[in-house]
Amino acid sequence: MIEFRKEFFANERDDDLNEIGKPTRRQDILGHVTGRSPFFDDHQFDGLLHLRCVRSPHHHARIRRVDASQAEKMPGVVRVLTGKDVPANLNTLLSLLDFGIDDEPILSDKKVAYRGEPVAAVIAATEAQARAAVKAVRVDWEVLPHVLDVEEAIKPGAPKVLDIYPNNKFVYHGKYDHQKLRFGDVEAAFASADHIVEGRYQMSPIEQAPIETCGAIAAPEQNGRYVCYTSTQALFFSLGTAAKVLQTPSSKLHFVGGTVGGGFGGKVDSIHEPLAILGAMLTGRPVKYAWDREEEMQVGAPRGAERWYIKDAVNRDGRITARKFIGYFDSGAYTRLSSYAIIKGVGHLPGPYTIPNVYADVYCVYTNRTPATAMRGFGITGVDFAIETHMDKVAETVGLNPIELRILNSYRDGDMKAHRREAKNCALVECCQVVAEKAGVTLSAEAKAATSMTGGGGERARIPNYTATDQNGRVEGFDTGSYARKGGGTSPVSASAPPNPQPARAPQPASPPPSAKTPEQAPPRSGPPPQPPGARPAASRSGAMRFSSLAGFRRR
Amino acid sequence: MAKKPVNFTLNGDARAAFAEDGQNLLEFLRRGVGDMSPKYGCGQGTCGACTVMIDGETQLSCLVLAEAVDGKEVRTASGLPSPALDPLQVAFMENFAAQCGYCTPGMLVSARALLDRNPRPSREEVIEAISGNLCRCTGYETIIQAILAVAEGRVRA
Amino acid sequence: MTSTVLTVATMGEAASAVAQGATFFAGGTIIMRDINAGTAAASLVRTTDPSLKQIRISGETVTLGAGVTMANILANRDLAFLHPVARLVGGPQVRNMGTVGGNLFAPHPYGDFAVALLALGARVVMAGQGGARPVDDLLRDGTRSPGLVAAVEFARPRSGTFGFLKVSRVKPKGVSVLSVSALLPREGGRIRGARVAWGAMGPRPQRGTSAERALEGQSLTAETMGRAAAAAAEGLNPETDAIATDWYRREVAGVHLRRMLEQMERG
Repeated sequence: MIEFRKEFFANERDDDLNEIGKPTRRQDILGHVTGRSPFFDDHQFDGLLHLRCVRSPHHHARIRRVDASQAEKMPGVVRVLTGKDVPANLNTLLSLLDFGIDDEPILSDKKVAYRGEPVAAVIAATEAQARAAVKAVRVDWEVLPHVLDVEEAIKPGAPKVLDIYPNNKFVYHGKYDHQKLRFGDVEAAFASADHIVEGRYQMSPIEQAPIETCGAIAAPEQNGRYVCYTSTQALFFSLGTAAKVLQTPSSKLHFVGGTVGGGFGGKVDSIHEPLAILGAMLTGRPVKYAWDREEEMQVGAPRGAERWYIKDAVNRDGRITARKFIGYFDSGAYTRLSSYAIIKGVGHLPGPYTIPNVYADVYCVYTNRTPATAMRGFGITGVDFAIETHMDKVAETVGLNPIELRILNSYRDGDMKAHRREAKNCALVECCQVVAEKAGVTLSAEAKAATSMTGGGGERARIPNYTATDQNGRVEGFDTGSYARKGGGTSPVSASAPPNPQPARAPQPASPPPSAKTPEQAPPRSGPPPQPPGARPAASRSGAMRFSSLAGFRRR
Repeated sequence: MAKKPVNFTLNGDARAAFAEDGQNLLEFLRRGVGDMSPKYGCGQGTCGACTVMIDGETQLSCLVLAEAVDGKEVRTASGLPSPALDPLQVAFMENFAAQCGYCTPGMLVSARALLDRNPRPSREEVIEAISGNLCRCTGYETIIQAILAVAEGRVRA
Repeated sequence: MTSTVLTVATMGEAASAVAQGATFFAGGTIIMRDINAGTAAASLVRTTDPSLKQIRISGETVTLGAGVTMANILANRDLAFLHPVARLVGGPQVRNMGTVGGNLFAPHPYGDFAVALLALGARVVMAGQGGARPVDDLLRDGTRSPGLVAAVEFARPRSGTFGFLKVSRVKPKGVSVLSVSALLPREGGRIRGARVAWGAMGPRPQRGTSAERALEGQSLTAETMGRAAAAAAEGLNPETDAIATDWYRREVAGVHLRRMLEQMERG
């Protein structure tokens, strides 16, 4: 049952809550309880065709030949699509946000890098006919060695998952094969510590498992437009992706969404809309592309696996003086959102604790597993599991109650975080105190008396005089284009950059697709006054403030 | 492919439609008859989103052969109001027992079948009755609370 | 592949279709999954014959028509000893659909009701064939079609001699880590004719012969239970699946056997 503890931070809040603590009726709930909420698959179309993909049975293989001639003759089959039917058959999910190199085909035609990767799509009158025809598509595979473990994948000689990223590692800021965080000098702290506490933590991939599987239905409208009903969680993301992949102005695409049968991050990848619309374009008929449950589990992108190594320097009294992280995110076969998840994750280190020396090297690693994507707090959850398990280990080492240890090391208002931001509105101490009370744990007088509003700042507000830096993991001669470069250029991707040029028949647009450009071109709103020049380091970068956490700077 | 005529009752109304060979009841109700309230979640009898009542018993429409309901009475969530909302529907609205709403129709059918058979179920009996219906976002507690609210007479439609 | 379903009025017609190679469609909870996935047999047959749904109890003999559902069993007060088994098969909807006959053919890790039938020493009546054969024979060879199962019959166990336990990670509805069942008739306090059956400890439900040997001729003491538990996993080769590894299943088999025996002892 929910309990409101209004005694906390009472002076920071007007006690005039109108909604909190009272039941609220959802605006869409009448549709839900009468079974009338319009999910994407609840739209009826005459002559609806069904699209299903031919998928790789191998973790890693070169495609020698795709032969659809038998399948094309099967009953009900209207058309079989392969990579050459896709106008721009290479994409990366965050390209609309100017982050990452296009690395993933819509329908792969050269090689596959994970089991279940689509290489062709059958469009047929019924789903059963599409299933039958999928089995009749012959693919001549040259099976390649594969790698399924992050630390195996970065060893010399490991199978190369993606040609464009050297040593199976994403390249950050065009410079490093990992994301760095340096604050103070952890090695010096380790040398003088009472205890060194080390741990290795691992989290497996987690499937979002929405009850409604991902899918979309597209159909021709009038005037050359196409309507697309979709389960997407990110309607404009999907719209922009479809416009880019199909090389079609977004004004030609009429997206309808907003009713999502559970998403949890698993419905942002915009996989279905481009192919459903392409099917509708090429057949002139409504086309549905939806995963069945097995596909949702096998090829639906999960929260990625993570592996963490944590090393702490700890004083006898339980104060943590240094924390070092080496982290490996399993991106799977393609980038999707993993590179971004790591920036978010590193921004979260070392957890909600004031530690004067922090070090992190975090790698985005490609393996031949299902690509990873968003899921509720992704980038944070895995490392939080690692940090909090490690905190218990530290507590055990120094003989402190784990709650007490957390209170001792918690952020307090005014502390300097490892990202050189001041901690504000902290509340972990109070949360720990309530947990102790509920769990029947007796705290020391000091821990009981602690508050988030006292004890911070001062010495704890200082950035260390000396921070140890290094050039480890420096990647030479790698040009990513503009992505994630603070104050960088405006071109979406440098076409000349990748060691392996992109296929010529998937031309890069000369300028970003219209959908991506629209926000930049929109006239400034008349409301708030413009920011004074120079107030923001990245103000010169057109459109760069759209999604600031990507580039490592913030709005506030 | 042979089409088979199916004469049945859907939410009290006599209906007739043709089923494809091997077509499941879920597809038949949705595409053939136009009742969109049962949902596809797995096609393998695991999630319960497609739950309907057949002659008063809950069944998984994705695993029922469409032609097998010939001569039978089928009830779905869209037929719960008669014509006012079923107390269960009101209770689900009042108790925030639906978030995305995708599992809700199946959940309501299971709850209705329970109350028809046992108007005053215990909490354990409610849990048992909805154990074949998976929910990923609402959380089961509010759903249990909503069903108990009806069982305990705390909701009037 | 698209499947064709033939509906016939009598069991005899269904049996002829099965004899000609058709696959019998009972409750649908297994076959319909294959139809949906396009992997079912091309030719299926089902029947509306009401005799398949009969439950007969005469004297000490119980006969369950192959089309009797788990819910039918739960609704029958004379079959109370089977309620703890039927209640643990699937969720409520599956229990309204899944049949006694179908459960005999359910692939790993399903088929918990068949485990109980194996322990009970049930005999299987085939449509159009005289007599009945031990359910052991049917479960042993899952590759050949035996014909159409019309019913199963078995002696009602004496009070306190029949036990069943299903272990699943999710409750109240979850598939088996394993299930175990036993029939331990007593003569003068000694176990005579012990039958132990395991589910999810191999591709099909199977007898636990090593545990049976440990129990046979003994009284059900803590010591006997311990010996049976220690021998439980001998000769069993469970599969590794999403629920548990073969190692885990073997490791915990004895623990759960002992729990079931203790439960039987408590009554």
